[in-house]
Amino acid sequence: MANTPEDNRYAKSHEYIHVEGDGGTIGITHYAQKELGDVVFVELPQVGTQLEMGDELGSIESVKAVSELFSPVSGEVTEVNEALADKPELVNTDPYGDGWMIKIRLSSPDEVDELMTAEDYDDYVLAESGK
Amino acid sequence: MLPNPTDPKNAHRYIPNSSDDIPEMLRVIGVDSIDRLFDSIPSDVKLNRLLDIPGPWSEVESRRWFRQLAARNKTAVDHVSFLGGGAYAHDQPACIDQLLLRAEFLTSYTPYQPEVSQGTLQSIFEYQTHQCLLTGLDVANASLYDGSTALCEAVLLTERVGKEKKRVVIARSVHPQYTATVRTYVQNLGIDIVEVGWKSDGRIDLDALRAACDGAFAIAVQSPNFLGVIEDYDAIASIPNVTKIAVITEATSLGILAPPGAHGFDIAVGEGQAWGIPTQFGGPYVGFMVVKDALKRHMPGRLVGETVDVDGKRAYVLTLATREQHIRRGKATSNICTNEALIALGANIYLSLMGKNGLREVGEQCLQKAAYLRAKLGDFVELPFAGPVYNEFVVRTPFPATQILGDLEHEKILGGIPLGDFYQGHDNDFLVAVTELHSREQLDHYAGVLRAAISRER
Amino acid sequence: MTEVLEKETTGTATPQGATRERLIFEHSKRGRRGYQLPALDVPAVENLLPANLRRAEIADEVEVSEVDVIRHFTRLSKLNVSIDAGLYPLGSCTMKHNPRINEEIARTPGFALSHPLQADHQVQGNLELLWWLEQSLKEIFGMPRVTLQPVAGAHGELTAILMVHKALAKGGNARKYILIPDSAHGTNPASAAFAGYQVKELKSNSRGTLDLHVLEEAVNEDVAALMITVPNTLGVFENEIQAMAKILHAKGAYLYCDGANLNAFVGVARPGDMGIDVIHSNLHKTFSTPHGGGGPGAGPVGVSERLIPFIPTPTVERREDGTFFLDHSHPHSIGRMRAFNGNFNVLVRALTYMRSMGPTGLRRIAQIAVLNANYIRARLKGPYYLPYDAPSLHEVVFNDKNQTAHDVHTLDIAKRLMDYGFHPPTIYFPLIVSGALMIEPTESEPKEELDAFCDAMLAIARECEERPELVRSAPHTTPVRRLDEARAARQPVLRWKK
Repeated sequence: MANTPEDNRYAKSHEYIHVEGDGGTIGITHYAQKELGDVVFVELPQVGTQLEMGDELGSIESVKAVSELFSPVSGEVTEVNEALADKPELVNTDPYGDGWMIKIRLSSPDEVDELMTAEDYDDYVLAESGK
Repeated sequence: MLPNPTDPKNAHRYIPNSSDDIPEMLRVIGVDSIDRLFDSIPSDVKLNRLLDIPGPWSEVESRRWFRQLAARNKTAVDHVSFLGGGAYAHDQPACIDQLLLRAEFLTSYTPYQPEVSQGTLQSIFEYQTHQCLLTGLDVANASLYDGSTALCEAVLLTERVGKEKKRVVIARSVHPQYTATVRTYVQNLGIDIVEVGWKSDGRIDLDALRAACDGAFAIAVQSPNFLGVIEDYDAIASIPNVTKIAVITEATSLGILAPPGAHGFDIAVGEGQAWGIPTQFGGPYVGFMVVKDALKRHMPGRLVGETVDVDGKRAYVLTLATREQHIRRGKATSNICTNEALIALGANIYLSLMGKNGLREVGEQCLQKAAYLRAKLGDFVELPFAGPVYNEFVVRTPFPATQILGDLEHEKILGGIPLGDFYQGHDNDFLVAVTELHSREQLDHYAGVLRAAISRER
Repeated sequence: MTEVLEKETTGTATPQGATRERLIFEHSKRGRRGYQLPALDVPAVENLLPANLRRAEIADEVEVSEVDVIRHFTRLSKLNVSIDAGLYPLGSCTMKHNPRINEEIARTPGFALSHPLQADHQVQGNLELLWWLEQSLKEIFGMPRVTLQPVAGAHGELTAILMVHKALAKGGNARKYILIPDSAHGTNPASAAFAGYQVKELKSNSRGTLDLHVLEEAVNEDVAALMITVPNTLGVFENEIQAMAKILHAKGAYLYCDGANLNAFVGVARPGDMGIDVIHSNLHKTFSTPHGGGGPGAGPVGVSERLIPFIPTPTVERREDGTFFLDHSHPHSIGRMRAFNGNFNVLVRALTYMRSMGPTGLRRIAQIAVLNANYIRARLKGPYYLPYDAPSLHEVVFNDKNQTAHDVHTLDIAKRLMDYGFHPPTIYFPLIVSGALMIEPTESEPKEELDAFCDAMLAIARECEERPELVRSAPHTTPVRRLDEARAARQPVLRWKK
């Protein structure tokens, strides 16, 4: 479980958020992309969408599976990663970088504290995959 | 008494394992009788008798019985048929059925393993291409059950992308059995169906259509419509903010008529039976759906795409499968699994044989021959709808259609379909369909017999 | 490229050595024709249509000869495997022999040329045939009425759940939920959703079946029906099916049976005797109509007394004088499920088959299908892991647990089987089994074919230990190998373009 960035927070549904000021960048974790396999399509919300913590924000598809994406925090979508439309494989190759999904303006920054740290998430994944 | 499976006299020609094989296999399994293999079924639901059905029959007995049934039908075998109404008798080139009987097509399964089903996959890819070329739209699927259920799927698709709107407008001149099927499909989904009638020329009432479209997610218009009249796609397409579905029940019309995709329509659905498939009492037929590229991820049913294999060779595979029920289950774009693959293959072979010029010539002959008969009949019957037609039109006499058609039947002519079965107040009207199969002599004969029937009634 | 195969273990089904074939569009050449129409024998009239209703030429459509077409499709056919060439052990699909008398009868001109909108008196033969088919299915199901209109299994499921909805709605409350075990086919939840219900998934137990207490806890006045497959997708019979019916009926809910696996018990037991209210049967499975590369099929639905008022219109009825008619007068019907009369010529094939089998043959189907599946189970158990050890009927589900130690997975085993000349089993289904290999041989296979298949499977199991890379890189002998499915889905190319 190396390389889980320490400056992110993590949700149990395997999304991460990278917070800067009142803005956050959301994507899925390295573990999640590996479990999914080759990502072929990412469905994302429109800019301006209001999300509550835990709301479905879109979905991600591999060849033979589809998973829902959930927002780890509440807020308004300020940007979506248009590059994923043509290159969904960025989610596989660089989940914490170019494979990001949406940017959000946090409406309740306190929610971030409810999310896991990198260390907690690594433990969580270890327990999950051992099942 | 239940039969003993290890008694040689109970062997069946379709079941190879014999009285000699069974004991040997049971020994490997480790049980002493076949009955033991069914121990998991509670004994009180086990049938302690044989089913009460006829058989087993030899082929001789089957032929005798089924042929006697078939002989009791009065069909195009020994009548000249002018029946259409969504099922059309066109030329069926001999090689279609010969190729469909090839075991590799007939007895294979859905092409889930692409390495051993490139034949089926490539033929679907070609069929998808034909449909795009003919309709002027971007993405076609492998097939749906038939035209009526294809319209249902189109309504469900447009509702999904329809931004919470709950109304669909369907022309009253769409095949009434198609609209009835849509009513069945959507009965629990909160979708409201509004019908819009036709004007005196048989074309849709555009003003009424425009008014009905307010708040609707889609409109569905058939062309040629159930009255045989060709609609004006451009005029309908000018209505803003609503998805347009073109319904085509006479697929050969696409050989000469303007394609819906080039005239502002978003979706074409319909019945591919006219592409070389027998009328066979209504099925199996083959539904088609072709959509604009933006709608492809909402498409129901199977799609085949091109890719490469590990050695870089071009190859074909089922794709965008996450739309489908085996993956998305309760949230799939449709519940369809089994489709009409073999019928689609027949249509595909037809389209390949006819090609660019044949499709135009079939369309041209249908158009010309229908116009010829229509002109002849116009001398002595009323033709209530003056709009342009392709190969089918409505005839009105002063007498009940069933009576006139009964008279024609005596002369070995299946003369048309009573419109009164579908629309109130049209008891004296019937639909007449003409195809390239009709000779001038048959058309003249029809006109003569009809004229005589009418004068007799008078 | 030929890889070493163990002798005596090869089947004959896969298309080794077949060549690839260009697209029909790439055969096209200006001036070729594949058709000949009679000359137009009526005077050609110009301008019959306004210009805006006419199309320009169909750009890029083909121009090919009949020879081109026949060779093209013959070559394509050689890239397919088929049940006629050998065992096709797809679990849940019932790939059985497709008798050719069915094809001959269906092509009888009196059937093939009959038109769906003919008057009843003109199609008495067709109507009588449909009537007899309903009688036979009623007896096979043990149910008082069967609709022949649905044209596929999923279409039958939708029909059934719409009937349940209508029946409950008539009683004042259509209810909200359909219960479906986690081992079900994907069509079940999809059909339930399109019929207007939400789905609640029920967890199956360690035997792969549904526990009564799980059902009891889930059933309440909001539940419309349970959709259950009998035997389930593991091939295991739900031996508490009667108790399930009682639990559901006590709460006013219905028991729906997905009859996809009817081949396991046709003629041995009847759904109607188990308390089942409604069942569909895939005629292209149990009743031998060809799968045709994915269809057509037919999915007639049998109903209990309570659901008769709601069956689709029209129905086929017999008058006292022995004539037949299409009856549209069912005031509580859900309506029609399709234009015309269902997949008539699939129904003709199925009735031909029922007559060929007769009561003794139908029972023998289930007996030998179950024998064959259990024979495979006995021969492969051990080398292949059996995640659910409960007695199974017509199919058996293994997984790749023993092979994953060598980093060989179900997909690899499936692909390697192709090198041995066999179509693979259904893989990765049911979803409750990780890495499932679901094998259904049907009654059509002789012992020799079953042995060849088992020998191949056992040879592959040895290869997984000794030469795992050979299996991981399989297939080696097919026309194409391991397609890039991610590429197909990322940038879909769904049609040929010039």
